[in-house]
Amino acid sequence: MILQLFEGEKIRFAAFDADKDAEALSKWTHDPEYMRLLSPDPARPLAPFHIKKRFEEMEKEAGRDFYYFVIRAREDDRALGFTHLRWIEWNHGNAHFDMGIGSASDRGKGYGSEALQMLFRYAFEELNLYRLTGHTMEYNTGAQKFLLKHGFQLEVRRREALQREGRYWDGLTYGILADEWANANR
Amino acid sequence: MDNQLFNGTLVRLAIENPETDAASLARWERDTEFERVLSHKPVFPSGQKKWRERLEEAPDERQFWFSVFALAEDKLIGFVGIFMVRQQHGDCMVGIGMGEPEFRGKGYGTDALRLALRFAFRELNMHRVALMVLATNARAIRSYEKCGFVREGVTRGADYRDRIRRDVISMGILRSEWERANSR
Amino acid sequence: MDNQLLTGKLTRLVAGDPDKFGELNAKWSHDSEFFMLFDSDPVMVRDAKRSGQFFRERAEKERPGAFPFLVQTLEDERLIGEGGLWNALSSNRDAWVSIGIGERELWGKGYGSDALNVMLRFAFRELNLHRVNLVTFEYNRRAIRAYEKLGFVHEGKIRGGMRRSHQRWAIVFMGILRDEWESANR
Repeated sequence: MILQLFEGEKIRFAAFDADKDAEALSKWTHDPEYMRLLSPDPARPLAPFHIKKRFEEMEKEAGRDFYYFVIRAREDDRALGFTHLRWIEWNHGNAHFDMGIGSASDRGKGYGSEALQMLFRYAFEELNLYRLTGHTMEYNTGAQKFLLKHGFQLEVRRREALQREGRYWDGLTYGILADEWANANR
Repeated sequence: MDNQLFNGTLVRLAIENPETDAASLARWERDTEFERVLSHKPVFPSGQKKWRERLEEAPDERQFWFSVFALAEDKLIGFVGIFMVRQQHGDCMVGIGMGEPEFRGKGYGTDALRLALRFAFRELNMHRVALMVLATNARAIRSYEKCGFVREGVTRGADYRDRIRRDVISMGILRSEWERANSR
Repeated sequence: MDNQLLTGKLTRLVAGDPDKFGELNAKWSHDSEFFMLFDSDPVMVRDAKRSGQFFRERAEKERPGAFPFLVQTLEDERLIGEGGLWNALSSNRDAWVSIGIGERELWGKGYGSDALNVMLRFAFRELNLHRVNLVTFEYNRRAIRAYEKLGFVHEGKIRGGMRRSHQRWAIVFMGILRDEWESANR
């Protein structure tokens, strides 16, 4: 039995700490590349003040159908990114997740992979979900490779569901079942 | 994909600190000439606290205001925003003000406006961006024309101040026009 | 120009205040089959007062872009169902649609399809959307057939996204582009 769900090799899952994290999260929102890889909504910079306020709002929901983690580097405790489970349908065992590694210099170092494996463990072995759903965009080929590498299957292709840089792109939805993850990790 | 949405050649757009931004806005609004070209409303200082409250409001999908920083000096010099976003029509307005006088007439505003247009067309997917300007504000009109705005009409004598009536000019730019001028 | 924007052949779309939504939903909530076809939330019987409270809260939290409707018959002006367009003012010109006929003796008579097509006209001709999405459930065969007939295209399935009656079912994603709707409604 794994008892340390929040401690990885290079990273740890931590709670959002407004004093420590708001600056970093605000900085990430000023990077349009990051914002566009993360979401189809307009990239919008937010001041640390707005980040804190948003967290206060989210905290009202936290724990019921929303679980948020700041991903921290074990070496110096800096915030690397975030991941969360939202819109959990307990009666069906399905949840949607998002993940972002904020600084370009922290990407491609395996932090996201380790975070996703920890998130799987949390979702499947603590929350006992049946499956996990992830969304990305046609232009985010990095995320597509990342999801496939970790066992997700492409399930839905919403044609021309988003517009950016003057053209349409498909919206992609991926899924993995708890059994698929367990079989791959036996 | 070109992701340079917030960085221009002279300025960058940001939302960093409602408190210091409010201090600048409260200072700029005491400049009557500046205030009068910005808005048709009676000039009236609302004060730092009010500005701060406004800047701290939760982001609204119908307006995207940015603080404009001069890159070299890393100094807050003005603001620019896309507002009245009507997604169903693909139509919106742009507003800009260079609060720091020594940064006017040197291309900072034009650079900020170019970023705002890029954001409107390539991120918000607008069809058209519009603005209104006092007919007497020649410097602003030159800058707008440089960015590709076209005169669309005149509201005669709509601005009345110091017992002088001034015309207000409506200008607009379509996405197709912007794309032609900015294809890279 | 079509000035009967919200009127179809059998139904019209009308506004409803939260209390009206509450009253009708409370009535329909006692038909568990209806809600299993309509929604993935656990079915539950509701009284009009609590249900009204839910819709009042929903109205307060609504972001711009929510267009809830009640469905009224043209023939006798009876309120028979509900639907809406959701997140319809995003920069991606993409929205979600929902439709449900609560009065079960009117199922299979074309009321739902008629009201849905009116919502699509509203979506494409008034909101100028590029596409409209919906989700339904694998076991709701009648709905899937109706959506296909209106021109919706299958875009994928969330595998096992629901568990009901001891069985796993897929959540079915369908979408229609403006051009597709226009050529089907010429």
